Amino acid sequence: MNKKSDYKDKPTRREFIHIATTTVGVVGVGCVALPLVTQMNPDASVKALAKVEVDVSRISKGNEVTVMWRGKPIFIRRRTDQEINKARNVSLKDLKDPQKDEDRVKKGKDEWLIMVGVCTHLGCVPLKQQGEFGGWFCPCHGSHYDISGRIRKGPAPVNMEIPNYEFVSDSKLIIG
Amino acid sequence: MSEINYKPSSAIGRWFDERLPLLTLFNGHLMQYPTPKNLNYWWTFGGILTFCLITQIITGIVLAMHYTAHADLAFSSVEHIMRDVNYGWLIRYIHANGASMFFLAVYIHIFRALFYGSYKSPREVIWILGILIYILMMAAAFMGYVLPWGQMSFWGATVITNLFSAIPLVGESVTQWLWGGYSVDNPTLTRFFSLHYLIPFLILGLVVLHIWALHVPGNNNPIGIDLKKDGSDTVSFHPYIVIKDLFALVIFMIVFAGFVFYAPNVLGHSDNYIPADPLVTPAHIVPEWYLLPFYAILRSVPDKLGGVVLMFGAIFILIALPWLDTSKVRSAIFRPIYRQFFWLLVLDVFVLGYMGAMPAEGTYLLIGRIATIYYFAHFLVVMPLLGFLEKTKPIPLSIADPIISGSGNFAAARKDKSAV
Ligand code: HEM
Ligand code: FES
Repeated sequence: MNKKSDYKDKPTRREFIHIATTTVGVVGVGCVALPLVTQMNPDASVKALAKVEVDVSRISKGNEVTVMWRGKPIFIRRRTDQEINKARNVSLKDLKDPQKDEDRVKKGKDEWLIMVGVCTHLGCVPLKQQGEFGGWFCPCHGSHYDISGRIRKGPAPVNMEIPNYEFVSDSKLIIG
Repeated sequence: MSEINYKPSSAIGRWFDERLPLLTLFNGHLMQYPTPKNLNYWWTFGGILTFCLITQIITGIVLAMHYTAHADLAFSSVEHIMRDVNYGWLIRYIHANGASMFFLAVYIHIFRALFYGSYKSPREVIWILGILIYILMMAAAFMGYVLPWGQMSFWGATVITNLFSAIPLVGESVTQWLWGGYSVDNPTLTRFFSLHYLIPFLILGLVVLHIWALHVPGNNNPIGIDLKKDGSDTVSFHPYIVIKDLFALVIFMIVFAGFVFYAPNVLGHSDNYIPADPLVTPAHIVPEWYLLPFYAILRSVPDKLGGVVLMFGAIFILIALPWLDTSKVRSAIFRPIYRQFFWLLVLDVFVLGYMGAMPAEGTYLLIGRIATIYYFAHFLVVMPLLGFLEKTKPIPLSIADPIISGSGNFAAARKDKSAV
């Protein structure tokens, strides 16, 4: 073979075998780890329950119903004109997570506030018509939401989430 | 260690030991093992903790024979254990109160280490293994508390798993991965059951390492000095420590039995006898008492991520303690200033615990915040500074030789050490 000085900088055969074996080993472990880790993600049967249908015709103004969607409560509130005005008269500067009320409802369906009734702090269900802003109050660690479901005071970082939904007719709502 | 001279007395014992030296191992570590002769009753909690772990494993395996890990059936299967299974009520009450007794013992054990400086060189690895055990205990107890699927189970699980949603960017995917869904539900319950079964055995493995690491330098002792090499400072583990540990264990079991038979539900929360309802959060959700101080720290920060970081920080800071404490003297007996801060820390943890149980508002919140600041200041400011500022008391030469001659003795002790 070559002179010693020649392959000083080149890896030896043994080094090559070490690196190759380790590489194959790491890739192998990675391939085994992937299914073991992803099996914990939401499975097909959980994902299949992704839509619910609600008949909203019987909810009168100023009232609210709660339905279950993906294991979470969905608040469906038919707001009064007064409540809508109140939500819209708030200056964005006063909001922790600035968002217009108009952007939280569907155009032409301004009276319907449909949101995931889960506190964005650590996931409790806020109580309706309580708290300092006439909306919801979360008793767990004291988060106050306004009548648009926006966070106003307390540890929750963002507004309550608006799910995907669609009014297929005046009375029929599909969430998901 | 004198295990080298050990020979099993029976022929069959010798035959076996030559092939697998288990008897030699037991003899070395549970019989002859030299222990400081001045150990006090605070040193009995290691044995008590081992008892607690074994108790949880045995009662847990029995419960698992009757329990059903399914969101629709879990609650009623626990009621079935309570009402139908022979002695089911006893097994369950031992398991549920056993978790509390386990934490009571571990807190005493940890504060013992803090007082006598047992976490210091050369025992850092023992200490870190202990903290890992403590963290796994919290994980095991938390998941166990979810299994009966009552209101507190469900909402405790919701709040604690939501802590991970505070992680920037990946928080939501991480929580959905933990849940196996979009909220705490059946997939969460079944995996928690699986892990609740697993973790105690991981703890058992860590306990073996913990004791192995302990038996390298040997026990610390109330005066915190190194032992003389000639063995005049020690007694053998058996019978001296074995009997003392057993006596303490019996006292502990009396307290334990007191809870199991006379007040089995005082340490729990009555809301957990209401089946889980994902639509209604109980008015005051509180964790089990042993997690309250950390819960208080979580709530004392008005920011979600900040609260979570501080809460986990409060636990992990303990790992760095051997390096945060700059004092060369181990035992608080010879550290007049540290001793006062030690009791202040004990008080502080009690205050945090109390605030964690109260609603997070007004004065409670304020006191909780002050207590949180002290907790961190104790480890990050007081411990490093005291090593430089504190004038420690003279230290005896050996256990056999109590302090008689003031600081001259301390100087002699030092000289003695450098001579060795
Ligand atoms: C580190 C040791 C352990 C701790 C700290 C612990 C803690 C707990 C706690 C706090 C509960 C809730 C009790 C209640 O309110 O009902 C529980 C329940 C349960 N644990 Fe454990 N546990 C441990 C070991 C085990 C083991 C080894 C098993 C074996 C499978 C087990 C099986 C169960 C079962 C089936 C339940 C549900 C029944 C019930 O709620 O009483 N546990 N555990
Ligand atoms: S979960 Fe709502 S304030 Fe913490």
